Amino acid sequence: MKLSANPIKRGYLYLEEWFNLSFGKEWNPLYHLGPLTFFFFWIALISGLYLYIFFNTTVDQAHASLEAIVHGHVLGIGSLMRSLHRYASDAAIITIMLHVFREFSLDRYRGTRWYSWFTGIPTLWMVVLLGITGYWMVWDELALYVSMGASHLLDALPIFSDSMARNFLPGNLSDRFSTLLAFLHLLGQPMFLIFMLWFHVRRLTHVEVTAPKGLAIGCLIALTALSIYMPALSHPPVNLSKVPTEIHLDWFYLNIFPLLQYWSPGEIWLLVAGVTTFMLFMPWLPKKNEGIPAIVDLEHCNGCAQCVVDCPFDAISLQARTDGAKWENEVIVQPELCAACGICTGSCPSSSPFRKMTEDGSLKTGIDMPELPLDKFKQQTDDALAKLAGDNRIIVFGCGHGYDIDAFSAPNVATVHLFCTGMMPASLAEYALKNGADGVVVSGCRSGDCYYRFGNHWLDLRIQGKRMPAIRSRVDKERIKILGGAEIDGKKLHKQLDLFRQSLVQKTATPSVTTAKEVNHD
Amino acid sequence: MTSRPAVRYLLQAFNLTIFMALIAAFSAGPTVKQLEDGLAVVTLAFGHAGEPVRACHVRTAEELAALAPNMRAPLDCPRERSVIKVELLMDGKTILDLTIPPPGTFKDQGVDVYQNVEVPVGRHEFTVRMNDNALVDGYTYTNSYTADLAPAQLLFIDFNQRIGGFTFN
Repeated sequence: MKLSANPIKRGYLYLEEWFNLSFGKEWNPLYHLGPLTFFFFWIALISGLYLYIFFNTTVDQAHASLEAIVHGHVLGIGSLMRSLHRYASDAAIITIMLHVFREFSLDRYRGTRWYSWFTGIPTLWMVVLLGITGYWMVWDELALYVSMGASHLLDALPIFSDSMARNFLPGNLSDRFSTLLAFLHLLGQPMFLIFMLWFHVRRLTHVEVTAPKGLAIGCLIALTALSIYMPALSHPPVNLSKVPTEIHLDWFYLNIFPLLQYWSPGEIWLLVAGVTTFMLFMPWLPKKNEGIPAIVDLEHCNGCAQCVVDCPFDAISLQARTDGAKWENEVIVQPELCAACGICTGSCPSSSPFRKMTEDGSLKTGIDMPELPLDKFKQQTDDALAKLAGDNRIIVFGCGHGYDIDAFSAPNVATVHLFCTGMMPASLAEYALKNGADGVVVSGCRSGDCYYRFGNHWLDLRIQGKRMPAIRSRVDKERIKILGGAEIDGKKLHKQLDLFRQSLVQKTATPSVTTAKEVNHD
Repeated sequence: MTSRPAVRYLLQAFNLTIFMALIAAFSAGPTVKQLEDGLAVVTLAFGHAGEPVRACHVRTAEELAALAPNMRAPLDCPRERSVIKVELLMDGKTILDLTIPPPGTFKDQGVDVYQNVEVPVGRHEFTVRMNDNALVDGYTYTNSYTADLAPAQLLFIDFNQRIGGFTFN
């Protein structure tokens, strides 16, 4: 078993495996961190709207009105809503940080993905600012602590002509500022956040925003239980003639403020600016070369748009035909958005090893990868098939981001390397079975966690006959095995390969009478 | 890897409990202690522009004639403001001594002061004095106040030129 040299990635993969064991692949929270964050946002929004109905935003009445909500509403609904508002917001920070950790540890933030990473950093700051203004609105001792800290930080910047911190000294506090805060927290910041999130996912297709129902229900039950067990409480109301001494801080949002006891505002800004700048430019430290982008061969493209639909990075679009052919549209690739995964090749109906060769003797398709064209990996498949010897011969197609398929090599097991299993036309499995293989294994990333987002998922559906271009129904799908695993999953994958081999032995002993059974995938 | 539904539900409950425990642990703690016991805070905070660094000069007829017609203002006043010097004393001992040059490219901006000083609780006499005029030796504004400070109490010293100088709140 070949282990990753990167201990961070290995640590993440074990965590992911633990969650697969606990939640299954469909509910694994690490596969749904974005939708989960959205879900927590919805909880915070709904509970926040409830609070706002009864909340008085003025300096004098804010604390008292919140206390009335928390302690005066029937069945403790007010307390529950206030606690859900706080804890869902905290949960969102955890899922966001896990999201950042995941993309970093799996190296999914460089190359063409720089855009999502780059736009995600200011989005994270906007979430934190939204939380800070929320704590500010309550006008308790914590709010005073936050307002003084934030004012000192803002006063260090050359923005305001007068000191902002003086607004929070005895005799200076006014409702105008609380009105501004209410506007920011209730409308300005959430609207801006949604706008930033739109930017964040702008270069992705098939963006998932709804968490799996079971996972969402589980999280809601857990948050409700926590809200009942440990209701969120306010500090005493603001007393401007007294310094708040003990602050029960929400470290998810307010962690920067304690630093003010040790560092000057200028030093803190330097830290924030340094960390932010470093994170913003991480995708270029060092830069990742994605490989040569896909190219379109109009002679073999009828503009069916299957590749447009399947591209995970929105790199392919349609335009009016330019070559005078009878078709209405043609596809074009935006090279700067292309991750060079080859999924488009796998989705092109022209990508078939059974297709007639062109005059120069090569196999062509509508959209292809210059570094590993269809003709080349069909040739590699032929070479691999020729090498197979013995009984129960298996050909393994593997991607460059899952388990190293060379570890499967044996006299009766040959391997073919692809960028992503999604670039493999489903018909290639049929071709291999017809040309000497007893079984075909496709070894990609862990199920639900394709490095290129959808490669293994699209292929899985094509083998099952549920997505075009699908494998032909007469193919014996019991001879096709789809494996999903990461670098640390060698033991499990070898066991699954052995089981598949045994099933082939049994099939040889008792020939199957069925031809189109459910696809055999783990 | 799969496991039986009952085991999976138990594992899910375990994981969600860890998740909630993490939220519970950091949503209202660990507590930050901002001020040690037995201390109060004196805050000196005000905004003020110092006086011009020199007196205005009355231009002579010759000087005015040498200027363009639209520039012939009778008084020639400097833009630059004086450095602000502030000193805060508690029971006769200096606890804060600030010298703040006027900001701005032409040193013509007002100065913003915001300083906290932690002091022991109890009865103290505070004196604050300031020089905001480079043409004057000594202090241009002085005020004193005796306060009996309770733990965590905030004594706020403001400055308002219109009402005669420093005030204690």
